[in-house]
Amino acid sequence: MRQQDHWKLIALLLPGAIFFIAFFAIPLAKLFVIGGTGALGWSAYTSVLTDSRYLKSMLATISLSLIVTLLTLAIAGVAGVFLARQEFAGKALLTAMLTLPLAFPGVVIGFMVIMLGGRQGLVPAVTQHLFEQPWVFAYSMVGLLVGYVYFSIPRTILTVMAAAEKLDPQLIEAARSLGAGPWHLVKDVIVPALKPALLAAGAICFATSMGAFGTAFTLATKINVLPMIIYTEFTLSANMAMAAALSFVLGLITWAALAFARNLTGSSVPAAA
Amino acid sequence: MMQSTQHIATPPARSAVFWLLLAFTLCVAAFLIVPVILSVLTGLTNNQFVGLSSGLTLKWVFKVWQDYQSSIWLSLQIALACLCLTTLLGVPLAYVLSRSQGAFARSIEELLMLPVAIPGLATALALIVTYGAVGDFRTHWTFILVGHVLFTLPFMVRSVLAVMQSVDMHTLEEGARSLGAGFWQRFVTIVLPNCRSGILAGALMVVTLSIGEFNMSLLLHTPFTQTLPVGLADAYASLRIEVGSAYTIVFLIMIIPLLIALQWMASSSKKNKP
Repeated sequence: MRQQDHWKLIALLLPGAIFFIAFFAIPLAKLFVIGGTGALGWSAYTSVLTDSRYLKSMLATISLSLIVTLLTLAIAGVAGVFLARQEFAGKALLTAMLTLPLAFPGVVIGFMVIMLGGRQGLVPAVTQHLFEQPWVFAYSMVGLLVGYVYFSIPRTILTVMAAAEKLDPQLIEAARSLGAGPWHLVKDVIVPALKPALLAAGAICFATSMGAFGTAFTLATKINVLPMIIYTEFTLSANMAMAAALSFVLGLITWAALAFARNLTGSSVPAAA
Repeated sequence: MMQSTQHIATPPARSAVFWLLLAFTLCVAAFLIVPVILSVLTGLTNNQFVGLSSGLTLKWVFKVWQDYQSSIWLSLQIALACLCLTTLLGVPLAYVLSRSQGAFARSIEELLMLPVAIPGLATALALIVTYGAVGDFRTHWTFILVGHVLFTLPFMVRSVLAVMQSVDMHTLEEGARSLGAGFWQRFVTIVLPNCRSGILAGALMVVTLSIGEFNMSLLLHTPFTQTLPVGLADAYASLRIEVGSAYTIVFLIMIIPLLIALQWMASSSKKNKP
């Protein structure tokens, strides 16, 4: 009986497996091979470290992603714990507002940044009024930073809220009755208890910021993050081999970050930037 | 249970820390919502430079509808086709995963996640180098569809798998088997009806992600197959800000009902859990 089911299960697996092999496994293998067929040969894969232009872009992308991750964790951590632990009128509405941009694609996020800090945006208008000097930040690394934080906050707040709701209230009561003030409560009880969730959410945030493309595409072509370099190599320079090698390396980095997150929590819901 | 204890524990007076945190959280919400409101207002304003005093109008929305209608229909078409394919491929996959354990199931799940874990740029380039020169495939809308299916399939599989693992499918199937139901009969009459909620949640996710997908679509699209987000990027780059904003309104009208449905499903499934 079980043995019969075995074959039927394989039959159910087959359509998905064929699709995946034909349209993902084989193309990815081909991409890897093509990465080694350029002017540089297989050393294209190490040029991320040896060519100063790519290395600079790689370092800029990594630092940007790290800053985005830390900022998002701080902001979403505070707001998420607050929302999970307090009951007040309008909480459901506030939570809904904080998670509304969850599925905004990168291009739309880029436009939101333009609304805030673009030439005709809100912040330049306000700073012009206050300091007679408009502060336009949308078309630079700062704009990208704001966009990625905007993108990552909703998802991270959801993760933090889910973890904070599972916090044992007795643990906090116990710490309180032992004389722990609010600061010690946060430092010694809440943050350690949320650590796995924070690390996992941070890794997802980092991976998305590394691979995100839509926001940078909307803001400017002069921002040299790695995905933009890949796009330029592919479209303007028609340097397929270099684009292939760089995107393969980038994929390895984001995959490793997400695997790290998955090992921490057993599950991860990567984002779509 | 937790709610009832919190109700008792809530002190009548709020501390200063509470108000400070509330203010902070409100600021975060404002950071997320204000640009959305600004963009909606800009899309409805006669002249953004002059401001709201120039009057409200729907002319930009109509202009977007006229110029970009085809990209909107194409995105809907791809999203629905993507939904059909991910359901047909994903539900059987989820069932197989729910019935197998250990390293095999884990490695299949890991593999399925890969198209989400690596940037869409890489997947799109891989598809182009492999199938870019095969007949008319490159210029056909199904070329984008393939990318979207790869990207959304794991979300369908996970959503259905979660429901299959939470209801005791094994006992239900065992009962049906003892009454003489064969494998396929059990799959259609027991398994599928019992994971409806998972299929629905997965479907909402798939459609939402497909409509908004940009990273792959930008590389996979051709002038004949421009999807909504690609059209958005085009409008942002080359047209006046009112048109970009109006286009964003159209996008929001399409995506926000889906997001609300997703949130509602997530909160109702949380309440149903013991």
